[in-house]
Amino acid sequence: MIQPAKPDLVTVNIDGKEIAVPKGTNVIEAARQLNVDVPHYCYHPKLAVVGNCRMCLVEMGMPAVDPATKAPIMDEATGKQKINWIPRPQIGCGTNVAPGMHIKTTSPMVKDAREGVMEFLLINHPLDCPICDQAGECKLQEQATAYGRGYSRFIEQKNVKPKRTQLGPRVTLDDERCVLCSRCIRFSRDVAGEDVLGFVDRGSYSTLTCHPDKKLEHNYSLNTVDICPVGALTSTDFRFKMRVWFLKQTKAICTESSVGANTVVWSREGVIYRITPRRNDEVNDTWMTDSGRLLYKAVAAENRLKTAGSLDALVAEAAKLLKAGSVAIVGSGRATVEEQFALKKLAAATGASVALVSRVGEGDKLLLSADRNPNVRGALVTGLITQLPSAQLTALAADIDAGKVKTILTHGEDLVAAGLTAAQLAKVNVVALATHADATTAAAKVVIPTLTAFEKSGTFVNQQFRIQKFATAVPGPAGATDDLAVLAKLTAALGAQTPGATVGAIWNTLAAEVPALATITYANLPETGLLLDATPWQGLPFVEGETLHHKPAAAASA
Amino acid sequence: MAVIPVERKPLTFAERTYIPQIISGLKTTLKHMVRKPITLEYPEQRPEIPAGYRGVPTLVYDPNGREKCVSCQLCEFVCPPKAIRITPGEIPSDDPTAHVEKRPEEFKIDMLRCIYCGLCQEVCPEEAIWLQNQFSMSGYTREEMVNDKKRLYELGGTLPDAHFKWDKKKAAEEAGNGHH
Repeated sequence: MIQPAKPDLVTVNIDGKEIAVPKGTNVIEAARQLNVDVPHYCYHPKLAVVGNCRMCLVEMGMPAVDPATKAPIMDEATGKQKINWIPRPQIGCGTNVAPGMHIKTTSPMVKDAREGVMEFLLINHPLDCPICDQAGECKLQEQATAYGRGYSRFIEQKNVKPKRTQLGPRVTLDDERCVLCSRCIRFSRDVAGEDVLGFVDRGSYSTLTCHPDKKLEHNYSLNTVDICPVGALTSTDFRFKMRVWFLKQTKAICTESSVGANTVVWSREGVIYRITPRRNDEVNDTWMTDSGRLLYKAVAAENRLKTAGSLDALVAEAAKLLKAGSVAIVGSGRATVEEQFALKKLAAATGASVALVSRVGEGDKLLLSADRNPNVRGALVTGLITQLPSAQLTALAADIDAGKVKTILTHGEDLVAAGLTAAQLAKVNVVALATHADATTAAAKVVIPTLTAFEKSGTFVNQQFRIQKFATAVPGPAGATDDLAVLAKLTAALGAQTPGATVGAIWNTLAAEVPALATITYANLPETGLLLDATPWQGLPFVEGETLHHKPAAAASA
Repeated sequence: MAVIPVERKPLTFAERTYIPQIISGLKTTLKHMVRKPITLEYPEQRPEIPAGYRGVPTLVYDPNGREKCVSCQLCEFVCPPKAIRITPGEIPSDDPTAHVEKRPEEFKIDMLRCIYCGLCQEVCPEEAIWLQNQFSMSGYTREEMVNDKKRLYELGGTLPDAHFKWDKKKAAEEAGNGHH
């Protein structure tokens, strides 16, 4: 049945099935909504359409009308309007849907066209899948299997091209595998804003290369590796490390800045091998920064805190210090919403003041915002802080100098890096919940090893006040305890009621006590996140400038 | 259940003397005394291994001495008891086989887990892993029963190669076929 078309919807018929899609949708996307696969290499939903791979050829027809009267011509055999099929196949990516358009993706002509394109693409392909990092997630492999002829008629010598070109510090190019789709060129030019890649030479000698005196070294270069449909562009960091079919994918959130890019963490047996972006059209499209992809190295860093002794003894010792009073708490914009809430409960139990450490860098107007804390807004939402953190812990430093503070509990923050001097730290008792050894843990009376963001689950609130959840990718090292469990034990040791020691438990309290989260449950948070009502914090001078999909209120009004 | 009484027949006179039975038994024994023995004095004597025998999995070199495994890890993936462990590595650029790019840094097969199914040999795209004639593995510790890369190549040795695909590739590269 043809549904009554809404003004902005266009009804098309793909393989006999009708679907109404928004105007301007191309045939590939319309077919995708019907679960019809139109194979393609050069087309990418977030890049300009060039139509140079010819893999998405489909057969196309329009309803016939009488040229003179514009009256529909009916097919007497079926009683329906006749379809005028175009005698040659058309590309699906470069064709937008039109009312009444008919598409065939399984006809003999389409099958022939696909087999022909696949055969040409494989003519000079080295077929070195056993040593290719793309094997297992390679479009060429998948589509050769699904739509290829299955054998080669090419008996001549294959082209030989450079196999190990360093395009930049993080990207290695294997030119023989390239199918000249130009996705990487378009990405660099249009999204990253640095036109560094191009083709030289002609025909089957065409070679991807950098422009003279340029290198593929912008902070988004590894996205070209992700969008490369074949194994031509490979990540130098991930090269030959592990085959992708062994890797477990965990949905995560990038902790590099308050953009909160959606990511996938790829791990095997508790070891993380790479991080790639996950599509979220409201946050990061399908991109992420190169710098954010390296954050996993912290998990197995040499200065990782592991051995703890008995957790109960450490907690008891810490509780003794906290009970003595005059406590200050340094929270973290890197902690999860749940931990910030638990820390707020602990602060209430000790009567401590809470400060946050601010981290400000330069934003790149794309996917790296000025605020390098992923979750300052979480602290605002949970009520851990009411004002934005200042650049240095000057107020805390003054309190120490005045002798008003005897004990500092720091949650994952290096106090020395945040502006306190070693002399000031020596005056107070420091309780540190930390993941890595630093100047603060060296000076601390009690150090409780905790987990990095890859080893726990929780939520972050990004710069758009979008709450996004992430899951545990790998288990923590022996001796490190989940931050929430430590905070709950500390709160209990102080005789106060704990909000819960796990994410699931704490969300019951969170939903009940935090107005902004009242209707949300952790389990029901959608994968693309949920926008919170930001009105209570609208007046605060957030440091972020404009980035992809985020226009701060101040910039918008200016 | 119904009970079926079975009648036991009384022994005949000849049977009661036991002599026919003893004679027929001795006949069998004496026949084997003069026959060629069918057992082997293992381990001094070793059995003839038929072609296609699936013994201990090994890694092999090609006739030019190149290690054939490129650590694609398909055998590790297909191995039903998860006996294979591979650490992939890159071949340094000054190596004569640098054009192959990849080889295993470490290759371990746990022979306590291996079930000799031969799927690793079947799946190998480089014909690098072979179940050969070796059938007897023993050791005093569990660690001894894990064959590492060195031991696997010792056991495997060199096998003839029908393709020399990497050598052909290098020859094409040196002939400068194509790129200019």
